Amino acid sequence: MIEIKGLTKQFGKKPVVEDVTVTIEPGTITSFIGPNGAGKSTLLSMVSRLLEADTGEVLLDQNNVKKWKSSDFAKRVSILKQANYLNVRLTVRELVSFGRYPYSRGRLAAEDEKFVDQAIEYMNLADMEDKYLDELSGGQKQRAFIAMVIAQDTDYILLDEPLNNLDMKHSVQIMKILRKLVDELGKTVVIVLHDINFASVYSDRIVALKNGRLMRNGPTHEIINSEVLREIYDMDIPIQEQNGCRICVYFNSHT
Amino acid sequence: MRLWMLGIAAIVLSFISLFIGAIDITPKDLLNWESDETHIFLISRIPRLLAIILAGAGMSIAGLIMQSLSRNKFVSPTTAGTLDAAKLGILISMLFFTNVTYTQQVIFSFAFALAGTFLFMQILDRIKFKDVIFVPLIGIMYGNILSSITTFFGYEADLLQNISSWLMGSFTLIIAGRYELLYVSIPAIILAYLYANKFTVAGMGEDFARNLGLSYKLVLNIGLVLVAVISTTVVLTVGVIPFLGLIVPNIVSLYLGDNLRKTIPHTAVLGIVFLLICDILGRIIIHPYEIPVNVTVAVIGSAIFLTMLLRGRAYAK
Repeated sequence: MIEIKGLTKQFGKKPVVEDVTVTIEPGTITSFIGPNGAGKSTLLSMVSRLLEADTGEVLLDQNNVKKWKSSDFAKRVSILKQANYLNVRLTVRELVSFGRYPYSRGRLAAEDEKFVDQAIEYMNLADMEDKYLDELSGGQKQRAFIAMVIAQDTDYILLDEPLNNLDMKHSVQIMKILRKLVDELGKTVVIVLHDINFASVYSDRIVALKNGRLMRNGPTHEIINSEVLREIYDMDIPIQEQNGCRICVYFNSHT
Repeated sequence: MRLWMLGIAAIVLSFISLFIGAIDITPKDLLNWESDETHIFLISRIPRLLAIILAGAGMSIAGLIMQSLSRNKFVSPTTAGTLDAAKLGILISMLFFTNVTYTQQVIFSFAFALAGTFLFMQILDRIKFKDVIFVPLIGIMYGNILSSITTFFGYEADLLQNISSWLMGSFTLIIAGRYELLYVSIPAIILAYLYANKFTVAGMGEDFARNLGLSYKLVLNIGLVLVAVISTTVVLTVGVIPFLGLIVPNIVSLYLGDNLRKTIPHTAVLGIVFLLICDILGRIIIHPYEIPVNVTVAVIGSAIFLTMLLRGRAYAK
């Protein structure tokens, strides 16, 4: 279990995250939503130890994440930040193999190869495993990076805006895969999303942030309603139910 | 390209290199252990070949490490101030000690090369506009600043002649007893290979590296130390060889990608082949005289570099 307790971070004098306390439920997809500058990505970075918090703490299995050994932590929690800027010429298979780095330190054992094969299979990348990353489209690249994280085989997968620059088809594809990771492999996914409809349809729980403060934290159906969304986004957002999914129609709101 | 092809090319070129020079030596002469030819062969030709091999492999790998760690295809010891800092270090050692020993020179040069490269990486960390061309331009300017400091103090202390001799990369003066420092780069090269995976991971950025549990700062620092060791040994024995660390890793990256575990052997052997070709040309063109290797490397290298810049901008991004 990951527990975020009273986390605060300032950049200069400006507080970006203020006293946020949230518990990430295992075996769920939890979406971080909120307007620009809400502190979603900063919060995710602190949970994954990429950033150090000013005050407060993050506990993984009751132990402060700071106390975890880097290599052990990398076997439990993985984070993927926006990866499209990467220009390293690796093949898909090489990239996915680096997901085994925390276990193999670069020397792949037979078991590591098995994980790599499975991850590639899982993300439908088998026919392009020898292609270089710079030959792939944005969606394929994103899949390759997620395959790497799957090979890393962590209980917790944190993703910072993985749908950025992806078209609808690929966005849906990625979200379905994340759903499968949770439902079939029992992973816990924490994801920063901009589009609340993706959050509404695919996540189990939603953490809503605004100006660095925690606004709401609860099951998806509690957060996706017009009243709560007005609080978060300062917009009137009508909600329509369709095939059991709640869709936020934010295009024609008159505000 | 296959590694064994490069290997065969390196071996053939090595043989040619051994039997080219102002004095004709044939393999038959070597049968006579006491002959002058054998003597020259042992004192000059073999050390020269070893120096070319170590400098060629070393500078190429140093460039590769720098490109990986700075995440920029055009950063190398010549475009990031490393070699200029090493030269400044030698000068300072000469100003400090009236009778400077070789060891003192080595230590100063190493310390400056390390500090100079480290400073460049710090600058790189702070600039926002990380364009693939802009970054090496900053590096070249930075190197020129270091270089002009060296020239100024060199002029004041009447040491300009000495300085220009390090500027000029050349194997002409390599004889037994004057190149052995290059052996220090052998462990550095081996370490670079052992650290290949770590450099590749670090080359994907700090966040990426830390996600995989890699201690990024440590790997970065080890890389910079290796670069400084190799650069120092080459500058102090051979002099400055431009472009080598720039074009060789880039050519390899084009056909083999950026996985250092895979590319380091190719980079090393291609560096040797390239430097051997340049040195042999330099010895043939105005035979029995010699053109210093830095001239031939600069001519051939700048042509290749220009082609890469014009055609490869898309790839380097």
